[in-house]
Amino acid sequence: MAIHVHSTINGQAAEFLCEPDASALDVLRDTLGLTGSKEGCNSGDCGSCSVLLDGSLVCACLVLGAELEGRELLTIEGVAAGSELHPLQQKLLEHNALQCGICIPGIVIAAKALLDRDPSPDETTVRFALAGNLCRCTGYDKIIRAVLDAAATMRDSAGAHA
Amino acid sequence: MTIATHIPVVGSRPPRPDGADKVTGRARYGADFSLPGMVWGAVLRSPHAHARILGIDTSAARAMPGVLAIVTAEDMAESFSADVAAGESHVDMQDLSRNVLAREKVLYHGHAVAAVAATTQRLAKEALRAIRVDYEELPAVLDIDAALHPDAPVLHPGMFTRGLPETPSKPSNLASRLVMQKGDLEQGFAESEVIMQRTYTCASAHQGYIEPHACLASAGADGQIDIWCCTQGHFAVRSYTAALLGIEPASIRVTATEIGGGFGGKTTVYLEPLAVALSRKSGRPVKMQMSREDVFRATGPGSATRITVKVGAKRDGTLIAMDALMEYEAGAFKGSPAGAGAMTIFTAYAAPHQRAVALDIVVNKPKVAAYRAPGAPQAAHATECLLNELAAELGIDPLELRFRNATRNGTPTVYGATLRDIGLQECLEAARAHPHWSAPLAAHQGRGVAVGFWFNHGAQSSASVHLVEGGKILLQEGTPDIGGSRASMALMAADTLGIPYTDIHPMVADTASVGYNDMTGGSRVTYATGYAVVEACRDLIASLRARAAAVWGVDPARVEWKDGTATDIEDSTHVLGLSALAALSGRMEGPLSGQGAVNLKSAAPSFSVNIADVEVDPDTGASKVLRFTAIQDAGRAIHPDFVEGQLQGGAVQGIGWALNEEYRFDAKGVLENPGFLDYRMPVASDLPMIDTVIVEVPWPDHPFGVRGVGETPICAPMAAVASALNAAAGTAIRDLPLSPPRVLSAILAKG
Repeated sequence: MAIHVHSTINGQAAEFLCEPDASALDVLRDTLGLTGSKEGCNSGDCGSCSVLLDGSLVCACLVLGAELEGRELLTIEGVAAGSELHPLQQKLLEHNALQCGICIPGIVIAAKALLDRDPSPDETTVRFALAGNLCRCTGYDKIIRAVLDAAATMRDSAGAHA
Repeated sequence: MTIATHIPVVGSRPPRPDGADKVTGRARYGADFSLPGMVWGAVLRSPHAHARILGIDTSAARAMPGVLAIVTAEDMAESFSADVAAGESHVDMQDLSRNVLAREKVLYHGHAVAAVAATTQRLAKEALRAIRVDYEELPAVLDIDAALHPDAPVLHPGMFTRGLPETPSKPSNLASRLVMQKGDLEQGFAESEVIMQRTYTCASAHQGYIEPHACLASAGADGQIDIWCCTQGHFAVRSYTAALLGIEPASIRVTATEIGGGFGGKTTVYLEPLAVALSRKSGRPVKMQMSREDVFRATGPGSATRITVKVGAKRDGTLIAMDALMEYEAGAFKGSPAGAGAMTIFTAYAAPHQRAVALDIVVNKPKVAAYRAPGAPQAAHATECLLNELAAELGIDPLELRFRNATRNGTPTVYGATLRDIGLQECLEAARAHPHWSAPLAAHQGRGVAVGFWFNHGAQSSASVHLVEGGKILLQEGTPDIGGSRASMALMAADTLGIPYTDIHPMVADTASVGYNDMTGGSRVTYATGYAVVEACRDLIASLRARAAAVWGVDPARVEWKDGTATDIEDSTHVLGLSALAALSGRMEGPLSGQGAVNLKSAAPSFSVNIADVEVDPDTGASKVLRFTAIQDAGRAIHPDFVEGQLQGGAVQGIGWALNEEYRFDAKGVLENPGFLDYRMPVASDLPMIDTVIVEVPWPDHPFGVRGVGETPICAPMAAVASALNAAAGTAIRDLPLSPPRVLSAILAKG
């Protein structure tokens, strides 16, 4: 029997029905139409469906839809403020760090999770923070540079406002 | 009116036009499309690697409420016309049909046997379990030796080896034998002072695109069909689907969604004909998507290979004779890239006596698909590793050995073509000049160098440009954008028209909205589609000049197009820009647009040189790439960021193939590692930054000097990494991947 779930997704109240075995990724993509989170493996290995659940980085394919009850979820669709891109998104564009782009929603979320807790990561830290996000096109080089650049920009901006 | 001088943008690095959608999750990929009334398709797959299908009973599944349609091989067309537009390579439609749905026999574990459409995904999967298939299991043929054994079970009773002097009297698993030759091999080896022969193997590796295959198909009551799918070639999807189902191609409209990687693996069809057949039967739109396990078991991969190379040289390192026996697994149907491998294996070298013998061998494994420079990385692994071994034997610097033997303009190749306008010397010089080449190494570290070569492709592309009110340009092209090609198209259009990059709005149009295009493959898009875009812009400029001449009542010969503006060379008061000309359309002869269509016969060959440093832990056999430099001739880098991205991505795919990636089958032909946890592709923490050097030796046949750049990057890394690892470990391992257990056992074996 379907379960009635109330949660907060990208800052908005969300209410949906889901089967007990439906993953949060199924709910996002097939029930709520939030297709920005991608299914690359459905086993937690590729990171394309990375989301922040109460601020913690998780693969939406490894969370049940029913587990979203009473919790807050941030997906790629909630990262930009309207038409204003997050610095991570902006820097990925400026570095032309994406090719096919399918991994990028997950990369943005995983990198955001990193910068939320560590505003000054070094290259190695960024590489390990993104080790759960497979990219097959880029060899990661420009992605790593973009994340480091975004971190610097955010630090400068935070410093300017301090 | 002042005219802003156009500053050329080709060679600059602006953000891509489709970028914002891709960083915000708005871009729609293959699995992101849905329609009202849509139902779900699912595929029943073979549990055996080789078996005869005795019967398929779908009655129980058919009777389930919510199951709307079932298709089996009986629903596919029986016969096929010989001519199907297939882009770069010949595609046997009989084989393609049997790969999409097995007929009579299943030929690999995971081979599609039937497909169902049901109202939910869950129900579709339940219906699959209700389908009964009776199999008579047959012995599976799982490697090259087993396949070529005289008593081997034969996969295709009607397959007689092509390319032998005499047609064989009985069928076998050797689909073809191809021989390419120049000079006199016997004489070459007789003249040689040193002869070295080694055998190298590569495991089958998957393209590894992160997006599984997915599509949505909707068949109307009038026979009109719409398909949305992630593909490298939506025109090819149209051709294949039409042929496999016996439908007129003109009745099918295919929209290429954004595509989450392809690398050659999305140049064929798996799901699309099934979705269309299910939609026709059910009268509902049908969506299908593969699981990752499906992708591993039933799509791709690249060929497993065994290549024996023999070279003869003078003591000073001059190569005299080169010979190769190249055995390539094709998977369940003929068509490995052995021939392409043979065309590349010695092309970088001028040795006068060369031969390459290519065997295309079928085995009970998934049919291989194109994988980035198909056939070439395995070939380069063999030749380049052997040359590094030869250099060590002769005491010659391995880069110096390449300089001494590098092919030059005017040198005939083993496949008959004569190279011209190549940039191999320039790449070698860039390698020698790079600080990486002379940087010191520590204990347990080694360095490898290798050369890569790929032909690159031209062929057919169409594009249209339309002047929109306001003076901006809508650019329609028809080759799916996998790596930023919309940006490259816009850059070339901007410079041709003399207007800002951001005034060009490029889009990948569906098959009903732009002229025919061959696939995004063969590194042909920036080259051939770019050429078509330039032609379309030139066509538009001719119309713009004629229109301006009509406005002024002057001879069009007096009208010049410069900096995005028509001017009258005899009357400086006559000036018309794009927005003014657009505004006049309704009062003149109507809308302004331009068409470009090309079929480029020449290919712009490209060479690369890679340098890799690898460190090995002698206690575990684990290795790490410490430094990697990719040098490649791009002809002209239209958008250098995306050229660098190709070099970096290709390098890392090659690193993965060298160190970790391999298809592992059990004794019954079941793939043991059909997931990203066990099929280990490189992750960010495995790698260093990938340094790049773009060499630019312009290709004269292209308006901007472009060479394709997408495939060459994967040719050299395996040999560079393997040579570096062997140097670091003091081993001579000639089998890929160089996984820690294999490296450790080689270290232990040498004592």
